[in-house]
Amino acid sequence: MFDLDKWQEIFSTIRKNRLRTILTGFSVAWGIFMLVVLLGSGYGLENGVKREFQGDAVNYISVNSGVTSTAYKGMKPGRRIRFTNEDRDILARIDNVEKSSSRTFLFTDNNIIAYKNEYGTFDIFAISPEYRYVESLIVTSGRFLNRKDIDDYRKSVVLGRLVYEALFKNGEEAIEKYVKISGVPFKVVGVFNDPGQDRDLLRVYIPVSTAQRVFNMGNYIRNVSLMLGDAGVEQSLQVVEDVKTEMSVRHQFDPKDNRALFIFNSIQNYQQFMDLFAGIRLFIWIIGTGTIIAGIVGVSNIMMIVVKERTKEIGIRKALGATPWTIVSLILQESILITAFAGYIGLVSGVGLLELISKVLPSHDYFANPEINLNIALAATVLLVIAGAIAGYVPARKAATVKPVVALRDE
Amino acid sequence: MIKLNSINKTYYTGSNSLHVLKGVDLSIEKGELVSIMGSSGSGKSTLLNIIGMLDNYDSGDYFMNGERIYKMSEKKAAYYRNKFIGFVFQSFNLISFKNAMENVALPLYYQKVSRKKRNIKAMEYLEKMGLAEWAHHLPNELSGGQKQRLAIARALISEPKVILADEPTGALDSATSMEVMELFHEINELGITILIVTHERDIAAKTDRIIKLKDGIVDSIIANGERKKWLADQKMA
Repeated sequence: MFDLDKWQEIFSTIRKNRLRTILTGFSVAWGIFMLVVLLGSGYGLENGVKREFQGDAVNYISVNSGVTSTAYKGMKPGRRIRFTNEDRDILARIDNVEKSSSRTFLFTDNNIIAYKNEYGTFDIFAISPEYRYVESLIVTSGRFLNRKDIDDYRKSVVLGRLVYEALFKNGEEAIEKYVKISGVPFKVVGVFNDPGQDRDLLRVYIPVSTAQRVFNMGNYIRNVSLMLGDAGVEQSLQVVEDVKTEMSVRHQFDPKDNRALFIFNSIQNYQQFMDLFAGIRLFIWIIGTGTIIAGIVGVSNIMMIVVKERTKEIGIRKALGATPWTIVSLILQESILITAFAGYIGLVSGVGLLELISKVLPSHDYFANPEINLNIALAATVLLVIAGAIAGYVPARKAATVKPVVALRDE
Repeated sequence: MIKLNSINKTYYTGSNSLHVLKGVDLSIEKGELVSIMGSSGSGKSTLLNIIGMLDNYDSGDYFMNGERIYKMSEKKAAYYRNKFIGFVFQSFNLISFKNAMENVALPLYYQKVSRKKRNIKAMEYLEKMGLAEWAHHLPNELSGGQKQRLAIARALISEPKVILADEPTGALDSATSMEVMELFHEINELGITILIVTHERDIAAKTDRIIKLKDGIVDSIIANGERKKWLADQKMA
């Protein structure tokens, strides 16, 4: 079955019927190409969005205080709600809340942080130690803020990687050194990295208790984040309701006032994205399957025409001593060769385009590393080849069993 | 060489049936040059197709080279066609996308002869037919006579015992027809049995024996000696 002479015969047939070959090949190559590009871009989109989420935990609820927008119990709208340390303690007691953290920002003259002759303006986050779980950051050297920093009002600071690089030149060790924050010396206890965006790395963390005391912020905080463990969307929505109820009683605002509190539910948000991707994936698969079916139909059509067109040739070959099997295998192998080769071309050019996209569009938000599961692409190619073979086999078999005298009949 | 005993063949098309051959008895010796004549519908092409194993017959006996040929498998029929029979058709039946040499070499491909060997042999036969310089031309670049000589070269290359020609001169002018007939004579000299189906009297007249078919049976057989007389009768009629 696999002899050189047969392949020479097949190649000479292919060479002499270029248009037919190109048409068959094109429909296969195009189907595979589209499938690869489609699946790859879908994956790229998913990759990009997942990376956006990587910097943050996906199981927390962030509560920020806002300004009331409706009158309530005789009080005018436009009242600013201010959280205190006590609010955090209250919210931490809500069902399903596993951990909680508080956060406030430091707005001094211009947030200058200095070390020796180097200085810069960075975001200064005053936080409780649990905040690390919200940002899911990675401490690369030293340690993160801890309970003792809070309790003892220590002047400790953890630097973002980019802050460290800006202040400490030539890889100088930062741990145990003192940086000045608005003129107050703080001891560097750690440096952190974050897989998310760079903005998160232009940031330093100091204990919330120290910040309140040193920078005269009383016991006010701006944000409480609640970690919910592995709670589902339902539970997270319940927690959000509880937060609104608790706070509206305590701070006297209408629980239906949407602007008194700004609540970000990362669980719900993440779930929405996941649902969206499930939808996109389904959509891509429907389109992809459609593309493949169109390819199969195209190949079948062409194979049918090919056999019809070659009926006379088949008759001649039979008169000259070709057995039915020789005829069938000639047509089949030609079909398989063309579809396999074209499928490969489509695969390579599709993957090539994806590579090009990921090179030319470097790590754009919401689109990263478009890639394709090679097994799926190969399976699709094999499927098309088999479909082409079956589509060729049926008419080839029929043509091969036709009496030569019928095939040779002048039309 | 070829022996037919009361061969019957009926074609069925839907509810209609057409009894084409109604018991044909025929015997052709080795080395004979025979023509089959008859008006259209007399069954001469059908008979040739049966002899060429391109078609089956319904009843009777057909012996080729002493072997009974009846409802044999496709594979076996293909083997016999390839080994024993060379075909020449009215419409040449060359493969349009293969050049002259490849067309001639094709029967050897089915004998599993290597490409190199079969191309050498094909060139040999093309030379014999005076077509050597056309070896790399496609059939549609050749004249009718050249095409038929090409087809004859193809029929000869497998060194068959019998050549079956179905109206070989039907598409040729009379001068070319005569050239082709001379070619058949030369081939016949080599001891190859030739069977020509024709409706042209002057073509038939150049054969050893004329078998006249009429309405599906052998009407008359005109042997060599009686040929002149038969020709004269025909002219008078």
